[in-house]
Amino acid sequence: MGYRTSTAHLDSILRELSKEYSIYAPKTFVGEGTYSDTDRVRYGTVESLGEINFEVKSEFSYKEILTPISETLFYFTEDEVKVADGPKKGAIVFVRSCDLHAVKRMDDIYLKNGFEDFYYKRIREKTKFILMGCSQSFNSCFCVDMGTNKSDHYDAYIKVDGDSALIDGEFEALITRLEEVEEVTVKPDFVTENKTRVNIPENLSLDIMDSTMWNEYNERCIACGRCNFVCPTCTCFTMQDVFYEGSDRKQAGERRRVWASCQVNGYTDMAGGHSFRGDKGQRMRFKVLHKVYDYKKRFGYNMCVGCGRCDDICPEYISFSACINKLSDGMKEIEG
Amino acid sequence: MKNEYIPFLSEIKEVIQHTAIEYTFRMAFEGDVKPGQFFEVSLPKYGEAPISVSGIGEGTIDLTIRKVGKVTGEIFEKYVGDKLFLRGPYGNGFELDNYRGHEVVVVAGGTGLSPVRGIIEHFAKHKEECKGLTLITGFKTPDDVLFKDDLKAWAEAAKITVTVDQAPEGYEGPTGLVTKYIPDLEIKDMENVQVVVVGPPIMMKFTVAEFLKRGIKEKNIWISQERKMCCGIGKCGHCKIGDTYICLEGPVFNYTQGKLLRD
Repeated sequence: MGYRTSTAHLDSILRELSKEYSIYAPKTFVGEGTYSDTDRVRYGTVESLGEINFEVKSEFSYKEILTPISETLFYFTEDEVKVADGPKKGAIVFVRSCDLHAVKRMDDIYLKNGFEDFYYKRIREKTKFILMGCSQSFNSCFCVDMGTNKSDHYDAYIKVDGDSALIDGEFEALITRLEEVEEVTVKPDFVTENKTRVNIPENLSLDIMDSTMWNEYNERCIACGRCNFVCPTCTCFTMQDVFYEGSDRKQAGERRRVWASCQVNGYTDMAGGHSFRGDKGQRMRFKVLHKVYDYKKRFGYNMCVGCGRCDDICPEYISFSACINKLSDGMKEIEG
Repeated sequence: MKNEYIPFLSEIKEVIQHTAIEYTFRMAFEGDVKPGQFFEVSLPKYGEAPISVSGIGEGTIDLTIRKVGKVTGEIFEKYVGDKLFLRGPYGNGFELDNYRGHEVVVVAGGTGLSPVRGIIEHFAKHKEECKGLTLITGFKTPDDVLFKDDLKAWAEAAKITVTVDQAPEGYEGPTGLVTKYIPDLEIKDMENVQVVVVGPPIMMKFTVAEFLKRGIKEKNIWISQERKMCCGIGKCGHCKIGDTYICLEGPVFNYTQGKLLRD
């Protein structure tokens, strides 16, 4: 079951919803690309369908809405702390199927791995996800092999079709506002094949850390961490204290958490000088195995959702999907 | 819902100086805590650092801190009556029940003595709860020896070897690495002896190897891992080894599990 309505009517509803929710969707930022005269597609706030770029994969994922790049946890003086306020509005986020699957990974880390995370839960509870279908696969996507190409756990599905929009789902604030509608059957657009294929060997084990397959990354990777930052499932952060001195000379400041990358120098550094995984190849191993091996051992399904953003963003043209496809040979090498 | 990131203020009750750069801060704390667990200790502006509990008293916990970083450097500017921010305790810690009724051998390297101090302290006071207590502990030089008063006090209840890597001429105590003292260590109950090894990664590796060589079972060996931890509660990712979060499943591991932690 679903509905068809005019985009104008849906826009009026979105405008109304934006009083209660910040609406986030992939948007074109004209002239803001890496190179001159190029554009960039990233998440931003919108109030109408026309502002949304449904055609291009966003460079960054939605994740900064749930876990901001830099998030103030609390403010402090020398002997007091005050919890930072959360966003007043809820959030409506337009996502593709892969990213909707990524939300499940974030939920498992932030809500089920040890204590529930106060800050994540606070915003997550007020967030609704609107699925945007994929009429075709992008070159670097491998969602089909990761099993994330289809999803049914959206709050709503919206597809723009000329002057009309197709809607499905049970997001009450949206559905109850629909007036001029025609009831139609709506099935979300999902891709069923990708150009990029990956094969995760069944015999994969931690022993692969000793394979020579990681050596090429010692040479190629520049440890910039972009792959982690664009990844919709990377959740690591580091604590950071920001300090300011008040006019009364009293110390005050705030504690923040900021995104961290397992590829960047310093990730494992301990006070006193010990650190681990000095080789960039071994950092690649750590990341790749987390995404397609050890997260699954812990949670029962693979972390990687196959969005391919890491492949799109790497300045050294390192391909994560190509690396997955080398694991099979790597295991052969180890098992002799 | 509890916000785990919010620290509480704890007063410094006592400062015990061990070496020029290692002090024990006795902090006010009411609540359950086990040896080997850790607290995230912080000073606004300088940040947080995970510090293991080196002693448990009535209404207090001890944090033995080496001045090696930004946070710990600043903590050394604090004195009795000042306060530190804490959150925790986190991690599994050592379960004394795993050692009760057995012969216990503890090998600690440097500040590795902190997390195991609670075990030794307990069995030194309750000799009847174990069938013999041995401690081998190593430091770089005689000036680096920690818990000197404890080492003297424990000597009545335990066999203690304090060795130093380098000693000035004329030094009379044991010298060399802790591993040197394992082959000839007298162990009465090879079958059931419980061995606890804590220290720098390389020290733990070679020490465990010596015990395995002597035929001690893997399941009777316990280690504690040290890692960078920003949250202590399974979120920040820094301490992860394979599918194991050191802050959640550790830092204490039975060697049958600990040996699988490769990185």
